[in-house]
Parts: sequence; C-alpha cells; structure tokens
Amino acid sequence: MPLTFNITKQTLELNISGNFSGYDNEAEKTALFNAAAKAQNILVKASGLGHWDSTLVVILYELAKRAGKQKTSYDFSSLPENLRRLVSLALKVDRNPPSPPNRATPWLEALGGWGLNTYTGFVGGIKFLGRLLNSIGRFLTGKAVMRPVDFLFALEDCGYRAVAIVSLVSFMVGLILAFVGAIQLQTFGAQIYVASLVTIGMTRIMGAIMAGIIMAGRTGASYAAAIGTMQVNEEVDALKTMGVPVTDFLVLPRTLSLLITMPVLTVLADFMGIFGGLFVGTVMLDISLQEYIKYSVDTFGMTNFLVGVFHGFLYGLIISLCGCYYGINCGRNADSVGMAATKAVVSAIVWMIVVTGILTFIFKVLEI
Amino acid sequence: MSRQQPEIEVKNLTLGYGNFTLMKDISFQVNKGDIFIIMGASGGGKSTLLKALTGLLEPFGGQIRVGGTDFTKASPQQRNQIMQRCGILYQSGALFSSMTLAENIALPLQRYTAYSSKLISELVSLKLALVGLSGFEDYYPSEISGGMKKRAGLARALALDPEIVYFDEPSAGLDPISSKLLDDLILDLNQSLGTTIVIVTHELDSIFAIGSNSIFLDADTKGISGRGNPKELLKTTKNPKLREFLTRGGEKNA
Repeated sequence: MPLTFNITKQTLELNISGNFSGYDNEAEKTALFNAAAKAQNILVKASGLGHWDSTLVVILYELAKRAGKQKTSYDFSSLPENLRRLVSLALKVDRNPPSPPNRATPWLEALGGWGLNTYTGFVGGIKFLGRLLNSIGRFLTGKAVMRPVDFLFALEDCGYRAVAIVSLVSFMVGLILAFVGAIQLQTFGAQIYVASLVTIGMTRIMGAIMAGIIMAGRTGASYAAAIGTMQVNEEVDALKTMGVPVTDFLVLPRTLSLLITMPVLTVLADFMGIFGGLFVGTVMLDISLQEYIKYSVDTFGMTNFLVGVFHGFLYGLIISLCGCYYGINCGRNADSVGMAATKAVVSAIVWMIVVTGILTFIFKVLEI
Repeated sequence: MSRQQPEIEVKNLTLGYGNFTLMKDISFQVNKGDIFIIMGASGGGKSTLLKALTGLLEPFGGQIRVGGTDFTKASPQQRNQIMQRCGILYQSGALFSSMTLAENIALPLQRYTAYSSKLISELVSLKLALVGLSGFEDYYPSEISGGMKKRAGLARALALDPEIVYFDEPSAGLDPISSKLLDDLILDLNQSLGTTIVIVTHELDSIFAIGSNSIFLDADTKGISGRGNPKELLKTTKNPKLREFLTRGGEKNA
C-alpha cells in the first residue's frame, strides 16, 4: 500500500512510498482526512516515493487546504521539490473565490420572464418586418445597398437547387393522397374522383404547404444558420458600423429570391402532385389515362390555382422573415446558432399554418 | 533540464493543403522538459504544423514520432493512446459551451479513466486551482472572461497528466498582464511537472521569457531558417528575416 498513516501525540505522520498513480481509495482517504482533522501537526514522509500523478496531488492539496482552515501546521519538506511547488501553486489564490452562480429562478419569475420574452420577441418581429418593408421600398426606388451577386446566389440556392427535392416530395404526396382517397372512393365505385381530389387538393393548398415545409427546413434553417454565424463572427456588427442597413444587405436578397421562387415552386409542386395521383390512378386503379386527364382538367380551377400560388408567396415571406430574424438575433456561442436554426424552422411552420387558417376563413367568408 | 531525450521527433516532414506545399522536408526535435517555441510570421504555417503534430492534418510525407511511436503510421488505437499523453490548449480555449467548467475538465477523465466520480470532482477542483480558477466549477464558459477561458482550457488540457502540452497562440487576445500570468503558469507547470511544452506563437515577450528552444518557420523557403534558444538566436543569427522578426523590425527602422 503506497499510503500509511498513524497518529501519535496529536501529530499525524503520513508515509508515502512506492509508485503512486491512479489512487482511488475513497475509504482510506476519508479515514486520513478524519485523522488529520484531529491532529495538531501533519508530517509527511515521502522518502521512498517513486512515480506519482495527480491523484497524489489531490490528497496533498486537500490536506493542506483543510489544515489551512483549521490552522493545523503541516510539514511537506520531505516531498520532492516539484511536487511541493505544485501543491503551493494550487494553494495560491490570486483572486477571491467567486460567489456560486445562481441559476434557480422561482416559477413566477420564470413565467414573467417567459411572458416578457415572448412579448419582446413579437414586437421585435413586427419591427423587423417594418425594417424589411423599408428595405423593399428602398430597393424599388433603387437606393438599397444590395449586391446583385448575393441576390443571384440566393436565387440559385432557393430556386434551381430546390427543384429536385420539391418535385420528389410533392410527387410522393400526390401519390399518397390518391391512395388514401382511392380506398374510400372505391367502396362506392367512385375511384375516378381520385383525379378531382388530387387536383383540387394539390392546387388549392397541398402544393403550397409542401413547398413551404420543404423550404422552411431547407432554406429557412440555412438562412438562420448563415446569418447567425455572421453574428457570431461580428460580421453583422461590422455592417452596422459601416452604416449598411443589415436588412438591405443580408435580408433583402434572401427575401426577394424566396418571394420569387416560392410561387414557382408551388406551381411545380402542384403539377408534380397531380402527376403522382395520375401515376396511382392509371397504374394501380385501372383508370384510363384519357379519363383521368379529362377529370383532372375539368376540376382544375383557376381560382384554386391562384389561391395556392398566393399562399406560396406568403409562405416565402414567412420563411425568410423567420430565418433572417432568428439569425440576426442569434447569441454569440456555439449553441445559439443551432437554436436559431431550430426556432427559424419551427416558427416558420407554425406561422405558415396560422396564416393558412386565417386565409381559409377569409376566403370562406368571401366565398372564393 | 539537461535530459536530452527526444519527446517529439519530426523528420523530413512535408505539409500543405491540396496542391499547395507549405513546408518542405523540415526536421526538428523537441526534448523532454523543453519549452519549445514554433515561431514564424502570420500565414507561415505555424498552426498547420501544430495541426499535423496533433493529428488533425495528414502530412504529405515524412515522420512525426511522439515518444518513439511514428504518429503518421500509427493505427487509430495507437494514435488515441499517443493523444491521451498530450494536452492541447486551443487559441480561444475551445471549451464546450454547453458544459460547465467542471464538466469540461471531467470529460477526458470520464472517458479515459475508471476513477470514481468523487475522485474526478476532486481532480477537477485541483486542476482549476492549479490554473488559479478555484471556485469556478459551476460556471459556464460564456460567463467568464477570455483569459479565464484560456486558463480553464489549460486545466482541461492538464486533466490526464499529459507529458506534452501544445499551446496554440496562448497570448492571443490577452492583455499584457494576463499574458504574463499565463507565461508564469506555463513555466511553473513545466518546472514542477516536467511537462514538455510546445508553443506556437509570435509574441516576442513570451518567446524570450519562457522559450528554451525554438524553430523559425520561413514561408518563402518552405523550411526552418533558425533554431535554438531564442535569446541566443537573437545574438547569433545572421538570417535577415529572423533578425527582423526577433527585433520587431527594429534594426531596419533604427
């Protein structure tokens, strides 16, 4: 055993010998500290000490710290010089110990904080929208500080590069819609109405929703992460001090490109969905191609189509607003960028659904 | 420290990114217990060399032997073993922001030792006390200053009693007093633990205050254009670039 001790006449003698590494004997250590608490003097003998590591330093540090508190004298002079230096380095207090951080908040305070945060977040969002509209105004009068290159990059990213994924997902959604509808309609032999169901469903709302959800996850998150990282790197501060409006430089190109691409992607999603329905109808439900197309064309209404495209346009605005807003209000550490991206996607999807609910009600009242 | 045992041996190392070669055929040796400084101008490949030494970058060619094992040819397990003997202090501390200081320092201990959680927390307190941060266990990195982050990063680097500690620009972003305190701490640890220390820096005060050996990387010749104790180098070197570096361009101006 590398550690032995005995106590005689209020002097604790601690013998350390051999190689001392990876020492983890809690019971023995507790016994040692208890004995030390009773002693007046502590004498450490370490003549036979070989290799040692931090687990020995921990014991000596703890002994010395406790001895200091109890005004017990201790003698470490037989320790190797470097070990003694290390212990005194650990004991050297060059600043007052801080008060422990207080993280427990009473529930009422937490609730109040949450309420205030929600309120300021909401107000901040509205102000942000105002600044964005201002930027759009400047853009229309040709005064906005926006680099065309940024705009073209954003346009490429949320346009052409999103085509494949939007096509695939909406094709699958059309397929699913047709399948689910067919199971019900088949029971009374009306499976031909699958064509109408898919056409109306996709053009009126599903195309826009699918494009919106994909773009919220794809582009909204990337906006929040990109602008959030710029915030972390103090690039946003640099822009502000140069007198460049952040909304002009960062938000405008992204918003404009989403406002342009989202309606187009909605149209794409509409037709890919209809195509998915057609695939199920003709291949699985034995409806002839001509018949399916006829029913689709007959039920295709310009109003529904335009309502869908309008939804797509609004979704584009929502996605960009949420993405850029949370990006700009991102904190300064590693977690905050991830949190900004999460908030951007979640809030974009929630707002999309809320706006859809409101619009559906309005259109119902207006009988559109 | 006159033990001339090599801890790190670099032989004919060639480094770069993609098609671009930064350093060609450089060789040097770091002895046990040295405070070894890697000097060089900004963009001269100091940090790249450190990346190669710590296994973050595959060299184009050559050997890096750490404690006798060839790092470049080692299996992932061997590499892991070597890296357990090394501690690294990154430029900004690289503390995990979602963990408290205590959790940050406990992480390598939990990963590589079978110590009880009581002992781990005692070790954590000891390491924090060594770097002058006792009492800061429950703080998050975002709640302490930049200099304290570096100290906490050093405490984490020391968690496993490493034989080699690498420092990437330890004085970057620190005021002269904090920087001096950190230098003192490095010296203290080097002397009491016998730890071999490799520092990448261009901070002249630190170089002269603590360096026992050094190399100077030259981006133009892609090699080493000076080696030895920095104080002696200042007296003896004839290389104009190194002279300019060590005198802060002073002789030219004078």
